[in-house]
Amino acid sequence: MTDTTSNEIVFSTEGLTKVYRVGEREIHALRGVDLTLYAKEFVVMLGASGSGKSTLLNILGGLDAATDGEVRYQDQDLVHASDRILTHYRRHHVGFVFQFYNLISSLTARENVQIVTDIANDPMTPEEALDLVGLGGRLDHFPSQLSGGEQQRVAIARAVAKRPAVLLCDEPTGSLDSKTGIQVLETLETVNQELGTTTVVITHNVVIGEMADRVVRLSDGRVQDCISNEKRRPPSSLSW
Amino acid sequence: MRALEKKLIRDLKSLWGQVAAITLVLGAGIMTLVVSVATLDALKITQADFYESQAFGEVFADLKRAPNHLADQLSDLSGVDQIETRIQAPMRLSIEGFDDPIQGVAVSIPDGRQPSISRLYLREGRLPVAEGDDEVVISDGFAQAHGLRAGAELEATIAGRSERLTITGIALSPEFIYQRSPADLFPDHLRYALIWMNERALASAYGMEGAFNQLAVTLQPGVSPDPVIDAIDQILKPHGSLGAYARDDHMSHRFLAEEIKQLSVMAWALPVIFLGVAAFLLNILMGRLLQQQRQDIAMLKAFGYGRWAIGWHYVSLTLVIVFIGAVAGNVLGVWASSAMADLYLDFFRFPSMQVGISVELIIQGLIIAGGAALLGTWRGVARTMWLPPAQAMQPPTPTRFRSSVLEHVSWFKRLSQPSRILIRHLNRHRFKASFSVLGIALSGALLLVGSYQFGATDELLDVQFQLIEKADLRVVFTESRPEKSLVELKQLPGVLHAEGFRSVPIRLIHGHQRYRTSLLGTDPTPLLHTLLDDEQTAQTLPRDGLVISDYLASLLGLQVGDLVRIEVLEGAQQQLDIPLVATVADWVGVSAYMERQALNRWLGEGPTLNGAWLMIDESRREALFDALWERPAIAGIGVVHLAETQIRDFIRESILVMMGVLLLLAGGIAFGVIYNNARLAFAERARELATLRVLGFSRREVASILMGELTFLTLVSIPVGWGVGWIMAKSLSQVYSMELMRIPFIVGKEAYALSATGVLIASLISMALIAPRLYRLDMVMALKTVE
Repeated sequence: MTDTTSNEIVFSTEGLTKVYRVGEREIHALRGVDLTLYAKEFVVMLGASGSGKSTLLNILGGLDAATDGEVRYQDQDLVHASDRILTHYRRHHVGFVFQFYNLISSLTARENVQIVTDIANDPMTPEEALDLVGLGGRLDHFPSQLSGGEQQRVAIARAVAKRPAVLLCDEPTGSLDSKTGIQVLETLETVNQELGTTTVVITHNVVIGEMADRVVRLSDGRVQDCISNEKRRPPSSLSW
Repeated sequence: MRALEKKLIRDLKSLWGQVAAITLVLGAGIMTLVVSVATLDALKITQADFYESQAFGEVFADLKRAPNHLADQLSDLSGVDQIETRIQAPMRLSIEGFDDPIQGVAVSIPDGRQPSISRLYLREGRLPVAEGDDEVVISDGFAQAHGLRAGAELEATIAGRSERLTITGIALSPEFIYQRSPADLFPDHLRYALIWMNERALASAYGMEGAFNQLAVTLQPGVSPDPVIDAIDQILKPHGSLGAYARDDHMSHRFLAEEIKQLSVMAWALPVIFLGVAAFLLNILMGRLLQQQRQDIAMLKAFGYGRWAIGWHYVSLTLVIVFIGAVAGNVLGVWASSAMADLYLDFFRFPSMQVGISVELIIQGLIIAGGAALLGTWRGVARTMWLPPAQAMQPPTPTRFRSSVLEHVSWFKRLSQPSRILIRHLNRHRFKASFSVLGIALSGALLLVGSYQFGATDELLDVQFQLIEKADLRVVFTESRPEKSLVELKQLPGVLHAEGFRSVPIRLIHGHQRYRTSLLGTDPTPLLHTLLDDEQTAQTLPRDGLVISDYLASLLGLQVGDLVRIEVLEGAQQQLDIPLVATVADWVGVSAYMERQALNRWLGEGPTLNGAWLMIDESRREALFDALWERPAIAGIGVVHLAETQIRDFIRESILVMMGVLLLLAGGIAFGVIYNNARLAFAERARELATLRVLGFSRREVASILMGELTFLTLVSIPVGWGVGWIMAKSLSQVYSMELMRIPFIVGKEAYALSATGVLIASLISMALIAPRLYRLDMVMALKTVE
């Protein structure tokens, strides 16, 4: 654990299991995951496709329900929480960044951020959030007028505008070239360091692990290992 | 404005084509609702007010002649409030510059004052003064048709005596709201007139001094008319009463009531069709929109929007469409209602008719349209609301393509790749494809419903005037006359052929059902007034027994073989039990028929007739008219081809105007639905088609997949539309069956052709509008973004 993190536990899971039923087949996406995540930490989760990392992220983010086991966010039990509590949790505590940005194509950059600030408690203004990701000059552009990297930065601005305690990123650089990808990672690092947001990044790109406080490796629905980096490398020094 | 609201507005903008189509259908539904309900209310209120203010009678009786002193006895009857005895006389009018015969009725009023029952509403001028024997008030329809004002003169012939009369006023009467000669089907204000004159003057002109031949009665509150009718019949029977009757059997009232009945049917039938179609279209639009926006929805959920907020977002999209449709529908409805009111005032002579659109009606329309729209969208919205966010985040699982029977068919393997893609796609999305087909079919069905009546009414008129009514003139005698008077008629100048008839007013009774009409005795196989069966072949009347129109049979619940009680309402007023031996298919009016000699036998009279149909030599028409009018036995002459013109005018003005509007709406809707469908198909397939372009397919090949699919769906939907339209038209023609006229259920080739052509043209235009989008298909973008 490096000096940027604290001992305050944000997430803890115990024996977390998720079974999907697809037709007549059962798919064990998670097979008993035990994991603790700390405040202000930057965690990279690595794993091949099908390792269960996205499922884990979805459950941490209150998007999906576990089949068995425990998940706690601070003092809140997420496994047995009602839809209302989960909605409240997502609305005020979590920010998401997705591989395909998931911007609403009919709304401008500013409005895409506004969609979150409209319902959050103490948000930044959309302009502040877009400034933070370096897009202060493209407020009124529609997604179709922005490059992939810019779209992803709008998505990050949207995720952080509510000042969430945690930021969950599912393959945020997955559809970007490496140069653009690094810009996006720099933005994530800025957010993590300036706002102190616990950040979880899922990727299958091993190199990205080098910018994290900790790297969690998932394989076949289990935590394979969990390695703390001595020193976080700045994203600009990464290449793939 | 919140970002979600901005999204709503942008969604609406990007979907404007589809939104406009659905708005149009919804608007049409609301419009028909507003028009029929507003007109219905106006008609009912105007009727009630006019009846009330002019003291319209509740029981009436026509008779030959009764002494005035019976009035006391009649007014003493239990339940009777007021009575009015009066004289009614058939007359002819002539005014300068108009050559056609004008027939009409002269009605007496108390000398110089208003009657206590059925008071006149003076539009202009005054009543005759008490001594004004040559003063008359005339009906406003006639005055309007001829441009007559108070002070003008006219010549009236009553009982063979001509008199010059001065018009002192122009009036309306609650008894003559629908002013039609008994020989006609529709009002002809040029050739039919009513005049009101002092009782003393009319009595002397008609030879009715000290007597009356008509009675009007109002009842004390809460009194049923039946016992009063029986009591009046007791008193007036010896005086040649044709049987007292209640307001329900009063001719003018009956037509008005029929119209109100028809409007009430229309008030739900058309809105149900339009709003049903709108709900269905919204269902398709919403289903597909929600599918397209799955990831937006997931994102919103991920960022903490609750399911109700998301549900409300899509519901409000629907409600905006409802709101626009309702506003458009109300505006059009208000405009159309006042047009309808003008049309009604032509047929129903009220002082005025105020069509008011109440707030309640607007709210009612909004609620009904909103209900229909939500009915169409709730399933899709509810499904979205309960979709777990993580699941929504995944693109929908690709359809599981299994190899179907098709793959093993040898011809399928020989098809080009695009054709195979097309067929596989349709085969795998059978449910969605059938929805599209049904959507297009509904628009084809509306086109058919909007157009079949043109053909059907033409058919009705052709049958009525080419197969049934072959006479040129219909002559009515003042009373029944021996058969030999037919021979005299045949000898008049210009008469080519004549057939006599014996018509007698009757009341048909079956169980609790009673129906007043006339029984027409004719030759066994009348040539000038043919009776037709279902197949439109001429029928010969059985030698004995009753024949009625099948509409009347179903109205009274009668079947061939039943014994029908017939109360004769003239002469000896016998009660007869006559077996029903056949039914005929007639579409105009409601009649009963019998072989004339059989009728004479049942009535206990010799071979007599009281009217005749004539076929004439048009070149000698004037001479014939002069000869006919010279005979005092002739009460009236009906010109059949004038009736035909009147009917055609009436239909053109009323039914066809409405059907024209309906057809116009249907055309717009057809385009909307089909364009909507094409846009959705394009949006859904754009990515796939772009991929094919990337893989090296030409624009043409790629276009052929989408266009081929649209063409196929259009072609399949045409016969389906015919079927659905046939069912809708059948139901409409059933609910529209009225005593006055029944539009036959005949869907002609033209209606089918119009439905198909409309759908095809709409498809072609839609495809032409989509084509540039296909041409500009952006391969790179389509592949980069996940929709």
